[in-house]
Amino acid sequence: MLLKRLTEAIGVSSREDEVRDILREEVGQYASIRTDALGDLIAYKEGTGPKVMLSAHMDEVGLMITGIESNGMLKFRSVGSIDPRVLVAKKVLVGKDKIPGVIGSKPIHLQKPDERTHPIKIEDMCIDIGAKDEAAAKEKVKLGDCAGFATKYEAFQGGLIKGKAFDNRVGCAVIAEVLRHDFTLPVYGAFTVQEEVGGRGAGVVAYDVVPDVTIVLEGTTASDVAGIDPHLHATTVGQGPAITFMDGSVISSRPVVDRLIEVAKKLDIPYQMRRSTASGTDAGKIRLTRTGMSVAVVSVPCRYIHSPVSIASLEDFSRTVALVRGFIESLQEGGLEL
Amino acid sequence: MKELIEKLVNAFGPSGYEDDIASVLKELIAPYVDEVHHDNLGNLIGIKRGNGGKKIMLAAHMDEIGVIVTHIDENGFLRFSNIGGLNPFGLIARRVRFADGTVGVIHHEKLDNIRDLNLRKMYIDIGCSTKEEAEAKVSIGATAVIHEGVDLLGSRLTSKVLDNRAGCAVLVAAAQKAPKTNNEIYYVFTTQEEVGTRGAKTAAFGIDPDLGIAIDVTPTGDTPEAHRMSVSLGKGAAIKVKDSTIVTHPKVKAFLTEIASANDIPYQFEILDGGGTDAGPIHLTREGVPTGAISVPCRYVHSASEMIDLNDFDACVQLLVGAITADLSARF
Repeated sequence: MLLKRLTEAIGVSSREDEVRDILREEVGQYASIRTDALGDLIAYKEGTGPKVMLSAHMDEVGLMITGIESNGMLKFRSVGSIDPRVLVAKKVLVGKDKIPGVIGSKPIHLQKPDERTHPIKIEDMCIDIGAKDEAAAKEKVKLGDCAGFATKYEAFQGGLIKGKAFDNRVGCAVIAEVLRHDFTLPVYGAFTVQEEVGGRGAGVVAYDVVPDVTIVLEGTTASDVAGIDPHLHATTVGQGPAITFMDGSVISSRPVVDRLIEVAKKLDIPYQMRRSTASGTDAGKIRLTRTGMSVAVVSVPCRYIHSPVSIASLEDFSRTVALVRGFIESLQEGGLEL
Repeated sequence: MKELIEKLVNAFGPSGYEDDIASVLKELIAPYVDEVHHDNLGNLIGIKRGNGGKKIMLAAHMDEIGVIVTHIDENGFLRFSNIGGLNPFGLIARRVRFADGTVGVIHHEKLDNIRDLNLRKMYIDIGCSTKEEAEAKVSIGATAVIHEGVDLLGSRLTSKVLDNRAGCAVLVAAAQKAPKTNNEIYYVFTTQEEVGTRGAKTAAFGIDPDLGIAIDVTPTGDTPEAHRMSVSLGKGAAIKVKDSTIVTHPKVKAFLTEIASANDIPYQFEILDGGGTDAGPIHLTREGVPTGAISVPCRYVHSASEMIDLNDFDACVQLLVGAITADLSARF
């Protein structure tokens, strides 16, 4: 199953190779494929008319090894934004060879009373790969190696799934599914790099492809979780794809948003508006490329993103595929005044 | 000049939703340029053709700060997020207006300490008592702007959104006054400045100018116990030297200063500690564009009652007209 393969692969920003290989193999079966200098994977299905681009980032948040101690422990920093509180005692895989490790920190019975009242800082954690000393650790790991969470993908009750890196392997999988279908318009699938460190891949892809309209696919935060007032729920798992009108990086193109809503209503696909304007996506960079581009964002709601495990709904996933496919077909039928 | 400014401040145009203000400006600028068009981000671009002279991009952003609805509750109250920099304290008991004319009052939940105020604790009351009733008037994603009128206080004028309808008015007035020269002038009314100077970036890419001049307002340092800043109301057009996004090209700064001195136009230099303008993205376009900015000094920026001096406004118009009609062949 593609979602399982994609989410179990590790692709911390700038080390997207494993994810890219899976997508190249999968999408290469029904689209032509190329890679640009930054490592963005661009799939293309020929057609005539306005160019449609579907864009999803391949990278995930993770850790980078910044030091190897004399006792064989690895020091690290985060790549992309991670709450240090979710790291303690988690299992990780380090480097290309996926060396198993555990994020260690001072255990509770050794903490001083005041240390127990503060979250442990990243500087005070290390990755323990079981190496007996620095030399042993250096045989397995180099400075600059990245580490990702060692979480397996599993089906969950109620049609839900759990796993890591749903932000944004769900977006990648949506595009892979949509591209299985044939369209009369030219359709590009852009699998971008380094979104989690600042939308770096997407801008160069957009500059290169020059799409007429782009849908960015994301796994976005679902805040239907403990301790959050209903009026602050950005999205809700199980209520369908979330359409962004505005976030920290972009104000979506209104005609594209309106068309998405129209298509959802026509095809009877439940959808929700993303009810928050915080955080950003690749859409910010794409929107401002060259003389400006038409963009909107559609997301699969995911709880607990940027942590070792997230939860999403398979039904939301398939509805997102249906919405994006319906959107492209609506362009084929009626065009779009942008 | 009050009439022109009043017309512009009353138009609706939060960032990303500038259609109304754009149509007002289009009508005002069209008689004085050879062609007008919009680009993909909604920037309004009026072009006055030249005759082999330099290409000058003038940029005044037409968008304004505002609010955007994120949630509608069972009792018809709206929760919202900000578009651009909003001070929550300045919003208490403020009225806002939606594109269709719906008016609402902003207020906040009960707070034990007013210092705990933030936008997440505020709501808009549009006079509805149920969710259904409210949803008939507004939907999630609907935008609204501050609702406040214009008053003339001697030579000074107070209103909402002088940032940057004052700058737009400078562009319109300059277009009306400037005689045709060899220079090709792009009057650009940009979008989405308040959310990160976005429109100017794509407009500048498309125009690829030889010289860029942004026209915006600048905060001042001339009020009681103000942040120290050497810009005052009534002391003339402000020539930008630096802000967070640009160090003005020395040639542009010298050029604008020279025009002001030669024509006896009162001017002052502006160094803005925090914040930026459209000059930022313009000067970083393609291989780089020599860029500067002329600012209308303005007190209480981003509030419902901003204040400018009309003498400064006139100085900005004169300075801009002088700049765009100068012979630039040996300069940029």
